[in-house]
Amino acid sequence: MQWDEAMNITEIFKTMEYGPAPESDSAAQAWLEKHNRRFGLFINGEFIEPSSTEYFESRAPATGELLSEVARAAQEDVDQAVAAARTAQPAWEALGGQGRARYLYALARLVQKHARLFSVLESLDNGKPIRESRDIDIPLVARHFYYHAGAAQLMNEQVPGYQAVGVAGQVIPWNFPLLMLAWKIAPALAMGNTVVLKPAEYTSITALLFAEICQEAGLPKGVVNIVTGEGQTGSMIVSHPDIDKVAFTGSSRVGRIIREATAGSGKSLTLELGGKSPYIVFDDADLDSAVEGLVNAIWFNQGQVCCAGSRLLVQESVSERFYVKVRARMDKLRVGHPLDKAIDMGAIVDPKQLQTITELVAKGEDEGEVYRSSCELPSQGCYYPPTLITDLSPSAFLMQEEIFGPVLVATTFRIPSEAVALANNTKYGLAASVWTENINLALDLAPKINCGVVWVNGANFFDAAAGFGGRRESGFGREGGIEGLYAYLKPKRNFAPLVPVKAFAGNEQHSSLTSTGIDRTAKNYIGGKQKRPDGNYSRAVYNKKGELIAHVGEGNRKDIRDAVEAAHKAASWANTSGHLKAQILYYLAENLSARASEFTQRLVEVTGCSAEQAQAEFDASITCLFQAAAWADKYDGAVHNVPIRGVALAMNEPMGVIGIACSSTQPLLGFVSLVAPAIAMGNTCIVLPSEPFPLLATDLYQVLETSDLPGGVVNIVTGEQKVLMKTLSEHDDVESVWYFGDEPISGSIEKAAAHTIKRTWCNHGQRYDWTQVSMKEMLRHATEVKNIWVPYGEG
Amino acid sequence: MAEYKEGDTMLPRNQGTSLDLDWVASLQVNTSAVERRAATLPKRRSVKKQWQAAWLLKAISVIDLTTLAGDDTEQRVKRLCRKAMKPVRADIVEALGVQDLNLTTGAVCVYHEMVPTAVKALEGSGIPVAAVSTGFPAGLSPLKLRIEEIKQSVAAGAKEIDIVISRRHVFDQNWQALYDEMSAFREACGDAHVKAILATGELNTLRNVARASLVCMMAGADFIKTSTGKEKVNATLPVSLTMIRQIRDFHEQTGFMVGYKPAGGISSAKLALSYLALIKEELGDRWLEPDLFRFGASSLLTDIERQLEHFVTGRYSAKHRHAMG
Repeated sequence: MQWDEAMNITEIFKTMEYGPAPESDSAAQAWLEKHNRRFGLFINGEFIEPSSTEYFESRAPATGELLSEVARAAQEDVDQAVAAARTAQPAWEALGGQGRARYLYALARLVQKHARLFSVLESLDNGKPIRESRDIDIPLVARHFYYHAGAAQLMNEQVPGYQAVGVAGQVIPWNFPLLMLAWKIAPALAMGNTVVLKPAEYTSITALLFAEICQEAGLPKGVVNIVTGEGQTGSMIVSHPDIDKVAFTGSSRVGRIIREATAGSGKSLTLELGGKSPYIVFDDADLDSAVEGLVNAIWFNQGQVCCAGSRLLVQESVSERFYVKVRARMDKLRVGHPLDKAIDMGAIVDPKQLQTITELVAKGEDEGEVYRSSCELPSQGCYYPPTLITDLSPSAFLMQEEIFGPVLVATTFRIPSEAVALANNTKYGLAASVWTENINLALDLAPKINCGVVWVNGANFFDAAAGFGGRRESGFGREGGIEGLYAYLKPKRNFAPLVPVKAFAGNEQHSSLTSTGIDRTAKNYIGGKQKRPDGNYSRAVYNKKGELIAHVGEGNRKDIRDAVEAAHKAASWANTSGHLKAQILYYLAENLSARASEFTQRLVEVTGCSAEQAQAEFDASITCLFQAAAWADKYDGAVHNVPIRGVALAMNEPMGVIGIACSSTQPLLGFVSLVAPAIAMGNTCIVLPSEPFPLLATDLYQVLETSDLPGGVVNIVTGEQKVLMKTLSEHDDVESVWYFGDEPISGSIEKAAAHTIKRTWCNHGQRYDWTQVSMKEMLRHATEVKNIWVPYGEG
Repeated sequence: MAEYKEGDTMLPRNQGTSLDLDWVASLQVNTSAVERRAATLPKRRSVKKQWQAAWLLKAISVIDLTTLAGDDTEQRVKRLCRKAMKPVRADIVEALGVQDLNLTTGAVCVYHEMVPTAVKALEGSGIPVAAVSTGFPAGLSPLKLRIEEIKQSVAAGAKEIDIVISRRHVFDQNWQALYDEMSAFREACGDAHVKAILATGELNTLRNVARASLVCMMAGADFIKTSTGKEKVNATLPVSLTMIRQIRDFHEQTGFMVGYKPAGGISSAKLALSYLALIKEELGDRWLEPDLFRFGASSLLTDIERQLEHFVTGRYSAKHRHAMG
């Protein structure tokens, strides 16, 4: 680093310039030198040469200087790392919460002890301002390990009935290298998993220093393995057969590839992906503070933040005034060497990334009015000026595409409902900021924005105690808070392999309807009405003896389309009070109970089970409805204990529209077990009943109709589950799909769901026994946690 | 007095505006957000080496060197005035190479009874005398007397009058009463510049601070000032941020540049640097000159001297090595 120091005091007295305020990098450079600027892979507690003997360069984006060479892990290295993690896992889990807490505490303390070394290395390698790595990234890293030391300690009390998933493969991005490592490793270790982590190729260095402190902490060998490399190495981890859980943070494009690559493998998956988060400013906001909030929203970390408030939505009445203030603020931003303590923005991480930003802006800037900060940029290195593009319409390219740089795009709105519509007019759903001094408005808007995190009168608040993660194509799963622990847990139970249940074949001798009386024709049930299937075909249902007992509709993709539309029309169900939902579920149980003999007979008739078995399944179904009703007004969120004066409200929100394929092993209970929790949480659903035994579902139409359940909340389409499920999985307007049918299609469902990063819950060939699945586990699948941060304070 | 930048001219005084109650009512201040900005600013801006030395000299040039105690005497005030004229030890000034700046403090600030003494002691130095007035610090003496007090201080030679507002008008949201009071004080000042002390520690909320700031500017205040130094809470960065954002808006709307004076509690060089950075960032360089910015402080100067000596010698300095005021 060179700093110009030729200036006398009288001169400065007159100009009042800042001058350079360099943070020394000598300790960091000495540490790199100590390692001969060359790092191997950290596997089984040792640094080893990569089997490829290949290394790649890691450079400082501010100057282009070579920091170090980093090993490129090949398949054998990944195999070795996974094997080390596998070997270490049972003992690590068996160590217990207290035992693991001691190590996590040691890691937290060591991060603090080496805080400045971590900060300087991070800023050198990534290009972020030293103020940010020193005051934000590294303290949050230490905080994450402290918090999860506690999570390990309390595991049995906080998440009873759960155990470690096993070996986690984790692939992290370059924008918060060590912080993302902490977000991945701390909860995984706390819950008894071992990990193989790959840092991003631009920014491996702090992960390697972390590997060193793992040694210092005496962490058992193989618990943490760091394998460096490029995208290929990442894909080796993700697709490794002995990895139980994959956690990825990065682009939606790569997230989709990972979803496809892991489809059908049964690996647990969490994805934290891109965003185009709205930053909404109302006319009654403290405009100056909202301007300053933008600095933290979009000019934090050079805008290379997945949850950056990159889409500014301003109320028309104040928009021009607000833009004037933003532009004035932009001119005051200082862009410079990341190790200068008096800058606001450092370097873009890599020349390639700088080129991407430049090209994206060039492609769309004609559609709006561009303002670039008048601040000086360093003459060399990867820098991009703070940029504001106003007068864009929602259809503009730059309003939709994630830029991942210091570029803010803006448009205006007239009324709150329009702000919500604009905010949700995106394929993403990560975070949102809402600026208003009106608490009614803020708390009304927060639940209406389709995202995982809302900051009221603020931006980019993070804490280990509050979950972070998105909806839609911003990914699924949460990191932080108790909600984040489940990403590294599985229920303590095992199910037998699924034995497909076949429909009884018809016997030609009994080709006429056996039941006496008037013909009952089961159609589809869509929008609260029995609807004839679009194709106007029916399928016959036979009993064990091969007697024709009924016909049901042969649903097709158009029936699914109609059912999804009906489910969306019933979306106000989500806002129905828990009390009312509970009453309706109790009423369902009451009305079903009144038909006990009819349903138990039907169970015997269609499945050929014994009367006792039928009674047991029926009773379990009633219990399940009672359970769901009981939880409907009790599945509370939480108020997280975050270190601000304010609250972080963790609200359990419904997923939205869920496509459900029911199991056949318990055709009535299998239906009720999935549908009851889904609707108890405010979802609407399209249900594909058991394919061989659809009559238990079609018989329910009258029960549903007489129980005050609004039309469209539960929609039922009979037919070939596999075909109908494909349409549901591919449907862009379905948020989640659950598959418990008999076919081995969990993989193809997950693959189809990858397109919009849908949530999935599939049986993966297991025979789910619904009496063994707790209602609470199902409620978690039926909801997504949104954290709403509300700082407060007046006098 | 410190030199001005080239091209600087005397600024037109704030002529005030009519009372715009809609504007006052529209003000919003989000306390948490203001606190966050105030907390991160000192960490975003750091000045080192000769830049720090220059900034500290600038801080000295805008100090209203103050004594406001019941036991003030003429001798005590004279001593303070000498210090104002020669705020930094000569050998340090020489080592810094800043003799040409002819550095003095921005003003000397005293009670009315001490004005003649200070005026006489500062004769020829160009340093103005500021008098606290209007029943300082409570401002609860009869209005007629408060106005008369201003006139007498001006007659005695004070060039700047630091008035206190009636806090009760703020609590009552009686902006008309505050406006009328401030207008009357401004009128009584004549050519002397008037600083409106809001006693922000007593106004309690930043919303109150913002509104009182704006009303005083509408009524013609040349400066707005945080505190008397006698409240439990004096100047803070969040309060300052709130007030200077009002100054910025007032300038944008009316073209008048109103000065800012944080007072009380600013006793470390480090904190003074943060204040200067705050002003530079939010209002711009022009507001760093003594006609638009002052520190109301008594012990700040000594700490700055110690830091300057440290800059010169590389050794940490001791208080007793610098002359008392």
